[in-house]
Amino acid sequence: MKKLSARRRHPLAAVVVLLLALAATGGLYAAFAPASKAQADETSQSLAIEEGKKLYQVGCASCHGTGGQGTSDGPSLVGVGAAAVDFQVGTGRMPAATSQGAQVPKKRNIYTQAQIDQLAAYISSLGAGPDVPTKNDYSPEGADIAKGGELFRANCAQCHNFTGQGGALTHGKFAPSLEGVEPKHIYEAMQTGPQNMPSFPDTTLSQQNKKDIIAYLKAVNGDQTENPGGLDLGGLGPVSEGLFGWIFGLGVLIAVAVWVAARTAKAKKS
Amino acid sequence: MSTTTSNESASRGRAPAGERIADWADGRLGIYSLAKSNMRKIFPDHWSFMLGEVCLYSFIIIILTGVYLTLFFHPSMNEVVYHGSYVPLQGQLMSEAFNSTVHISFDVRGGLLIRQIHHWAALVFLAGMFVHMMRVFFTGAFRKPREINWLFGFLLFVLGMFTGFTGYSLPDDLLSGTGVRFMEGAILSVPIVGTYLSFFLFGGEFPGGDFVARFYSIHILLLPGIMLGLVVGHLILVFYHKHTQFAGPGKTNNNVVGMPLLPVYMAKAGGFFFLVFGAIAAIAAVAQINPIWAMGPYRPDQVSTGAQPDWYMGFSEGLIRTMPGWEINVWGHTLVLGVFVPLVIFPLVLVAIAVYPFIESWVTGDKREHHILDRPRNAPTRTAFGAAWIAWYFVLLVGGGNDIWATHFHLSINAITWFVRIAFFVVPVLVFIATKRICLGLQRRDRDKVLHGRESGIIKRLPHGEFIEVHEPLSQEQLHTLTAHEQYKPAEIGPTVDENGVERKIKGSEKLRAKLSNAYYGEDNQIPKPTVEEYKEITSGHGHH
Amino acid sequence: MSSHDIPEENLPAEQDAEHGAVAVADEKNPFADPGLPPHEHRIQDIDERAAKRSERMVAMLFTVSMIATIGFIAAYVTIPNDRSIYVFPIGHLSAMNFALGLTLGVALFTIGAGAVHWARTLMSDVEVADERHPIEAPPEVKAKVLADFQDGAKESQIGRRPLIRNTMLGALALVPLSGLFLLRDLGTLPGTKLRHTMWSKGKLLVNMNTNQPMRPSDIATGSLTFAKPEGLEETNEDFQKQIAKAALMLVRLQPENIKDKKELEWSHEGIVAYSKICTHVGCPISLYEQQTHHVLCPCHQSTFDLSDGARVIFGPAGHALPQLRIGVNADGYLEALGDFEEPVGPAFWERG
Repeated sequence: MKKLSARRRHPLAAVVVLLLALAATGGLYAAFAPASKAQADETSQSLAIEEGKKLYQVGCASCHGTGGQGTSDGPSLVGVGAAAVDFQVGTGRMPAATSQGAQVPKKRNIYTQAQIDQLAAYISSLGAGPDVPTKNDYSPEGADIAKGGELFRANCAQCHNFTGQGGALTHGKFAPSLEGVEPKHIYEAMQTGPQNMPSFPDTTLSQQNKKDIIAYLKAVNGDQTENPGGLDLGGLGPVSEGLFGWIFGLGVLIAVAVWVAARTAKAKKS
Repeated sequence: MSTTTSNESASRGRAPAGERIADWADGRLGIYSLAKSNMRKIFPDHWSFMLGEVCLYSFIIIILTGVYLTLFFHPSMNEVVYHGSYVPLQGQLMSEAFNSTVHISFDVRGGLLIRQIHHWAALVFLAGMFVHMMRVFFTGAFRKPREINWLFGFLLFVLGMFTGFTGYSLPDDLLSGTGVRFMEGAILSVPIVGTYLSFFLFGGEFPGGDFVARFYSIHILLLPGIMLGLVVGHLILVFYHKHTQFAGPGKTNNNVVGMPLLPVYMAKAGGFFFLVFGAIAAIAAVAQINPIWAMGPYRPDQVSTGAQPDWYMGFSEGLIRTMPGWEINVWGHTLVLGVFVPLVIFPLVLVAIAVYPFIESWVTGDKREHHILDRPRNAPTRTAFGAAWIAWYFVLLVGGGNDIWATHFHLSINAITWFVRIAFFVVPVLVFIATKRICLGLQRRDRDKVLHGRESGIIKRLPHGEFIEVHEPLSQEQLHTLTAHEQYKPAEIGPTVDENGVERKIKGSEKLRAKLSNAYYGEDNQIPKPTVEEYKEITSGHGHH
Repeated sequence: MSSHDIPEENLPAEQDAEHGAVAVADEKNPFADPGLPPHEHRIQDIDERAAKRSERMVAMLFTVSMIATIGFIAAYVTIPNDRSIYVFPIGHLSAMNFALGLTLGVALFTIGAGAVHWARTLMSDVEVADERHPIEAPPEVKAKVLADFQDGAKESQIGRRPLIRNTMLGALALVPLSGLFLLRDLGTLPGTKLRHTMWSKGKLLVNMNTNQPMRPSDIATGSLTFAKPEGLEETNEDFQKQIAKAALMLVRLQPENIKDKKELEWSHEGIVAYSKICTHVGCPISLYEQQTHHVLCPCHQSTFDLSDGARVIFGPAGHALPQLRIGVNADGYLEALGDFEEPVGPAFWERG
């Protein structure tokens, strides 16, 4: 995942993805589309929609219905927008396992970004919704980290904990840890409100606000984040601190006490 | 106290400087008489006797580091804008208390270390007191003449909890502020006077601008002052009573066997202080505690999930989380049982263990002094009670951390809450029964060991083909140690008529006492220890098993 | 430490008769106390080379302590306070804290280890028995004390002059009252302060994040928004006090999903406004599950159903979250149509 996402930032990545996508769509298209119906003026967008629809029929339709109208197993996808698709499929939450627990957890993503884009294009064609954010939307440049912290504590910490370690919700549901989650996905989650998470649309949490929050998270829960005092013990607060205090604080001291009070070895005839 | 005096040098000319200083002090303080009875005082060696020292030393560490922290901390709730070196807070509005705590953590060299030592030592202090108290409990060290010292220790534990609470509330961060808000809600639930108490504590409406300064004087002056007095009293009594000891050869109720204070315990106990301090300093170097900068300044409209108190307040958190939300409204008044009941049970949980020594001495009616410790198995009912109490306490701790349990074990928070609600009543009973069984089983094993010897693991084949395991007889030391404990006889109500044939009125308390006594020492509640006759009868028939 | 290199003549005698009784079986009572076991020597007691090794060990520990303290000072002086280092497996941490803590820890720990090693290996380990004496005073002492007390009491005449006794007790009982009165100004009286918040008719709902008033169209279904009353700024002196009561959460439900009639009436186009302060003990409750419309308190897990008048469906809270009646003003902005009709936050005796 890390490697993939690192390579995705490569300047040539877009070109490679485009080439791959073209090759894939071309190949698929050649294989599936009846040659006689091929039209020269197909734009890449409608191609993507078409390909997305195929992917949708294979991976999504069983729960969300053949036209995205939703079934008893999955909600309607009309109007959820490309951002929701990019988040749900990009974090591996969708397609979900047939039998799930209280909520759908994130897992390994099985689609390429190109395929996700095609799926997103298809779902957006069903009804308009939020678009996938651009890199500029979530890059920490021009963000106010401290303001982001205040916004995070006001809007996010109640479920995700003050540094985004996650927390419990009712009946086995939970707010996941935000550690290692890509900024793009955090942005999309705020925008679309996946599963039980409420959404924070631009009308109430502006784009700049979202940018600030993402910058704050990177500062307090990124790869380079410093925990000046040492081990962060999961960042969970007093429970893990208490456990550590008992085991490594008192535990070590009792071990020391055993040594202090123990009898010294006696000289014995061997 | 450098009172090294040597008798030979005293007679020849000028005494050495150390002796002259000691003479000067003796003329004013009478230190020689004091030293006569204490300098070579005997202390027995056992690791569990050092748990109290862990508490004493962490208390000293807390005072030392606490004084340092007061040099930099500003106990004020005036709002200021942060301009320190921690970027994610720059430009934020916060109280001076929070601002100065962040300043200590990032801009005072070594300030973070001292803060962390202070907080880690506080956790160890409370944990140490808990374990020390349990050691005293399970070995019966609280019996006469030490009941008052038991109460001193108990008070230290309770005051330690509140000193901790007021201490971690001082930085005015988002986590501790949530705890203070909880305290406000708990006080509001008190019938009739709750609102007034709350307004007087917070100087008006919550949060007001006063509580940090008030908690500060409670945290650094009032409570530690009382605790210091209690610690001194506790130690004086330990010296005065002399330490208890486990049964063993040469150890009787009238002596104490061990090593003298000077030099062995001076070195061991003195050294142990440095060991404790060093270990806690090392922990503070590698493990972060209470990162208030990550939690942010307190705002009554903000919160983080996983809002927990420090561990020693965890059981009260468990009470409050699992209590059903009962509320009664009558005649224009509200009785907030959902909060008030836990508030009442909270001290009761603690008092249950605090009064135990008095209940036990009432049941046994024993007025003698006890200096030989019980092995926990030899007091099955007491041990079972203590284990049940610990189980109760830990069930509540689980309840207090139900959200952390839920996320880390993928459980439903509602299911855990229900589990705790049931376990609150069921688990102590189960633990009581199981512990008592185990104790009785161990007593039986001791009895077998005394009567039949130690199982050697050597299998012998007899001439007629039978296989037997060879049992090795115990040494006299072991025989003595295993039979040294006393066994009470259950109290009886006695004749119900007096010598004139008039029916005597039996008080309910007397009946209760007889019943309890039977539950403690009745037929199935302790295994009679082997008698000399039994032993002789078995050992006289050599080789017979 | 092995003992194979100890000269034969230095080993202890089989039984050290001088110290402690020699354990022999007691014919009459096999369980009798055999007395203190004989003292056995340590290697260091009989082998000077072992003792020397111990001595060197202790001295080395003390020396390590000295070096560690010098290291502490060096770290304090040389390391910049904002230097961050990566230490496996801890992660990124403050170099200063790590260096100071470890050097201080080592400096202290080795002093202790040295002292204990000294005590354990070189100081005498002969166990000594100290006699105990009963705590209780002998009867003659007790009698003397009681007699003295009687004399003192008699000389004071307290028994003979009840007037003095009674007035003294009265004075002593009354005098703490002045202290009690001095506590009166610890705080203002509650009055009806807990019943009112800053909200009043016509006050605009201001978005906490953007500090702007909101239109109904800003609030999307499934979203969560926090609001404060117009005119309340973070820089206000009483901000904390006011927000502690006035904090508001806004969610939009489908009007047909709202089960409670009053809730529907007090909402605007399905937008409902509830107090953010938990009715249990006052935590800001805001763990909103947009699919179930449940809101959970992170402190004690009280759960409220926002689609059904915010009634309590789990946990220790005793009553529903208070709802704020909202509408839109002439400019199309969301506004309050009055204060909360019941006190917000935790219940109290006078709440009723």
